[in-house]
Amino acid sequence: MAEAHPVGFQWVMEAKRRGAKVFHVDPRFTRTSALADAYLPIRAGTDIALLGGVVRYILDNDLDFREYVLAYTNAATIVSDQFIDTEDGDGFFSGFDPETGTYVQDSWQYAGHEGSSGSGHTAQERDSASGLAHESHGAQVGGQTERDETLQHPRCVYQILKRHFARYTPEMVERVCGIPQEKFLELAQAWTRNSGRERTGMLIYSVGWTQHSVGVQYIRTGAIIQLLLGNMGRPGGGVMALRGHASIQGSTDIPTLFNLLPGYLPMPHHAEHPSFDEWVDSIRHPGQKGFWGNARTFAASLLKAYWGDAATADNDYCYGYMPRMTGDHGTYQQVLNMIDGKIKGYFLLGQNPAVGSAHGRAQRLGMANLDWLVVRDLFMIESATFWQNGPEVATGEIVPQECRTEVFFLPAASHVEKEGTFTQTQRLLQWREKAVDAPGDARSELWFFYHLGRKLREKLAGSALPRDRALLDLTWDYPTHGPHAEPSAESVLREINGYDVTTGRPLSSFAEARADGSTAIGCWIYTGVYADGVNQAARRRSRHEQDWVAAEWGWAWPANRRMLYNRASADPDGNPWSERKRYVWWDADKAEWTGYDVPDFEKGKPPSYRPPEGASGPEGIAGDDPFVMQGDGKGWLYAPSGVLDGPLPTHYEPVESPVRNPLYRQQANPTRKMYAHPVNSVNPSPPQEHGQVFPYVFTVSRLTEHHTAGGMSRTVSPLAELQPEMFVEVSPELAAEAGLEHLGWAHLVSGRAVIEAKVLVTDRLAPLRVDGRIIHQVWLPYHFGFEGLVTGDSANDLFGISLDPNVLIQESKVGTCDVRPGRRPTGPALLDLVADYQRRAGMIPGGHAPAVTGDSEGERRGDS
Amino acid sequence: MIPDPNSLYGPLDPAPDAGYEDAPPRMGFFTDTSVCIGCKACEVACKEWNGVPQSGLDLLGMSYDNTGALTANSWRHVAFIEQPRPAADVLGEPADTGAGPQFLGMPGAQPPGRASGAEGRSDFRWLMMSDVCKHCTHAACLDVCPTGSLFRTEFGTVVVQEDICNGCGYCISACPYGVIDQRKGDGRAWKCTLCYDRLGAGMTPACAQACPTESIQYGPVDELRERAAARVETLRERGVPEARLYGHDPTDGVGGDGAFFLLLDEPEVYGLPPDPVVTTRDLPKMWKRAGLAALAMAAATVAAFVGGSS
Repeated sequence: MAEAHPVGFQWVMEAKRRGAKVFHVDPRFTRTSALADAYLPIRAGTDIALLGGVVRYILDNDLDFREYVLAYTNAATIVSDQFIDTEDGDGFFSGFDPETGTYVQDSWQYAGHEGSSGSGHTAQERDSASGLAHESHGAQVGGQTERDETLQHPRCVYQILKRHFARYTPEMVERVCGIPQEKFLELAQAWTRNSGRERTGMLIYSVGWTQHSVGVQYIRTGAIIQLLLGNMGRPGGGVMALRGHASIQGSTDIPTLFNLLPGYLPMPHHAEHPSFDEWVDSIRHPGQKGFWGNARTFAASLLKAYWGDAATADNDYCYGYMPRMTGDHGTYQQVLNMIDGKIKGYFLLGQNPAVGSAHGRAQRLGMANLDWLVVRDLFMIESATFWQNGPEVATGEIVPQECRTEVFFLPAASHVEKEGTFTQTQRLLQWREKAVDAPGDARSELWFFYHLGRKLREKLAGSALPRDRALLDLTWDYPTHGPHAEPSAESVLREINGYDVTTGRPLSSFAEARADGSTAIGCWIYTGVYADGVNQAARRRSRHEQDWVAAEWGWAWPANRRMLYNRASADPDGNPWSERKRYVWWDADKAEWTGYDVPDFEKGKPPSYRPPEGASGPEGIAGDDPFVMQGDGKGWLYAPSGVLDGPLPTHYEPVESPVRNPLYRQQANPTRKMYAHPVNSVNPSPPQEHGQVFPYVFTVSRLTEHHTAGGMSRTVSPLAELQPEMFVEVSPELAAEAGLEHLGWAHLVSGRAVIEAKVLVTDRLAPLRVDGRIIHQVWLPYHFGFEGLVTGDSANDLFGISLDPNVLIQESKVGTCDVRPGRRPTGPALLDLVADYQRRAGMIPGGHAPAVTGDSEGERRGDS
Repeated sequence: MIPDPNSLYGPLDPAPDAGYEDAPPRMGFFTDTSVCIGCKACEVACKEWNGVPQSGLDLLGMSYDNTGALTANSWRHVAFIEQPRPAADVLGEPADTGAGPQFLGMPGAQPPGRASGAEGRSDFRWLMMSDVCKHCTHAACLDVCPTGSLFRTEFGTVVVQEDICNGCGYCISACPYGVIDQRKGDGRAWKCTLCYDRLGAGMTPACAQACPTESIQYGPVDELRERAAARVETLRERGVPEARLYGHDPTDGVGGDGAFFLLLDEPEVYGLPPDPVVTTRDLPKMWKRAGLAALAMAAATVAAFVGGSS
């Protein structure tokens, strides 16, 4: 965190000043470790084993916050008798379909709900990364669930959890992760001691946790711990995601993703959602409990915001204009489609995949096979010049004179040169003013898209073709100002907030949304940010002039609520769990919820409320069910649906690992998304043979001095000079073994690429003893590329493409490689070296590791 | 005005001594290295505010320090010191104790803390420290400057005026810390101004403003000294006995620094001189001796003439 989020780290230092003990778990000793009280080196890709160890420690020692767990989580809920755990299925849950490599989730459901909406086959959900749709809510549950308040029933979630994690002992943590038992116990004790009625603990993770073939399950394990310890919905608790750069939260709320629409409404699928009603019902699930029951009002209002007067109840608010998904349109599938000539044109904004994405060579080859490519960035980045200066030019794979892609580079305004909002990890929207004019032709994204749309509409103005109606009927009337006709960002914010169509009055709350076409809302969860016609995100009242929750600084979605599920900060009867942790409580005299924050609960629903038989929507949520967006109002220790690779997290080895999974015969996540394409390959891992060709583990991450793919730091002198060259960090032990010298050259080889780097020999990397073997890990920064003031080979070139099944994020934090002294070969010899390694490792281009692994290669259960 | 007897050595408030009437309190830095996260925001903020040019694109291999030293083109410098892992290692091999060279009581080849510092520690340590011009109470650079380019500000800080400096370089050899430096291709001497232009406008120097963890604290030196003493006390209570202050003492060889530090090891570990002395301390004595010598010469000459005529 000190390394990648130095500004946020000031609060960790503040906590330390007040006596907090800081633990840091990382494959290498970083600037964060330097300031932590305890540093735990870990083998990259084994976090579920570590966190699972903490879960077991809590359950075995009865350290859970029992009252909270019993009332607010699904610990007591009984699960279907058809469910089989990985402990009994040798690494598989029940319902695995080897044909597609995905699960049928019927048997994971609560008892009596086997056929409910969360059940069914998940192959298509994986293709559309539908796990993302659950960012703001869980899946649905219909009707009442069977419970055992004594937690003794063998199929209650509590007992299932206990059995599932029984083998994640301190000994196993040491064996899998390489973390000494006493260090692990120190961590587990500190975490549990600082949770409960009087104290809460917070879990902070960064994007590196997500970039694994089991990334979503990493976070699930953290969430299970936080629920068991009563750290959710309470001040000082929670799971916080530190994003990779500004407003990443904003770009999922109003998404730059293929599968989502604003406010986490799913993008329609051509086969699943042929009509407006079918689309809406797939979101709200008629008869289900919870707050998604109002989905129709959000959906109709969004379409009304898109198509204004043209959108009417009679034409289903122009639902027919909506684009439809036909399968996997994720960024990696797109790159392979480019290589295969299936994609002709591409817009690239604020992203540098030639350096920043996994398998850089595939990225560059894909972009070199387009008709046109539009790059908007602050600097001439690698993704704009790959056709001219990329490494494939040296190897002869791209010939500049013959490269067919026409690249248009358009200079972009930076964040200080345009106005708008940033949404940070706490869902807080903060308005920023424009400080200076952008230089030369540099323009804002808003300017670009507004005028692009305007010109397209002008060109199509006379068209009678039905296919052009969607564009021509769009509301596209933002006021502009200044010499460049810059659209008003505030008018866009007003549209996002939503307004009454007849009067134009900005809405104050999404409860005002209507399904009859009388309201238009650009993003329903943001409704209220422009309440009363005031830009609430621009509020800057000092913390010294308000209470500690500081509700008048910026604006948080939803409804300016600073903490989600804050009903859980009070006990089932509505009283604070403790004075110290008082936050939101039931005021019996006024018969309403009150507190420092906006209560995340129906204001007048008393703690004693019990839903009548057959109630659905919000009425189905009881007065002591704080997790109101979940179908059963409970925090999910066990997820009967919504997570495609299992209702519980399970340790699988990374896709490329030198270690055989010590827990199950199943080596890696069997549901991971794999791409069999000639450009893609995966280094062999046990039980496959020839893994020793790539004996070392490598991991990549950031340096404080650089920003992501380097476009904004390698181009700026005061930053570039602070980390001027690509390097690899190795332990003194590995340096001796591989013959590497400090400040000398080394090259690293994977089945995809070979890159070179200067060597830094440092004690900050230490070999780990794992299962009786010594595992060497090396670390690389991923910032370098071939443009800018300082250049170097790109670490991400080493990775292949294997994705998490829930959100289609690539495993780009761990892989295997070989490390050799000296510089890499150049020209065609470079390709020969990679080919030689592929041959020695028995790798077939386009082939991939088996999804299902038995004791040896011959014993596979199936190969998808 | 009668010059302070401590004008060249000993405790002193430098601004009034330089002739300022009603000088504001002396301002300075307290850099607490125990909370430094090595982010180098100070280096970048300094360069941006002061328009300091690039200092070179070289990978130095000195841990994460690619700045190397305080120079004409680097007015803040973050040092990174990696102190080795304790001998017992994960490979399970016995710690190297018996064989090898025996300790003969000779001084080590490496600075303190580098070779032997692992004793008493259970873990690897990575020290970080943002170094800067010390703005000495007795600033030798200023004393030797023949043009008056270097001057004492009303805040008690020491600043070079680039339009007066003639590049003679006397200040460079005079500095006991090796801070002030000549810029190549320019010839003039450059160093931290403690953001004199910002101070005058009531602003905090750029580096301290940018520091996310308040490792660099700016304020009246008197207050900072109190704060520093309290911080050392706190750290020692929390089991960090190695915490110590450096440059805070008005009775040290430079009369105390306007920019002083809390360190977690010996000063030499960070590349700081353990006992700096203002190089002009002995100037009066030297002049006195030179005077005496001149007098003696004169007397001898006179004697020779007198003797000769007799």
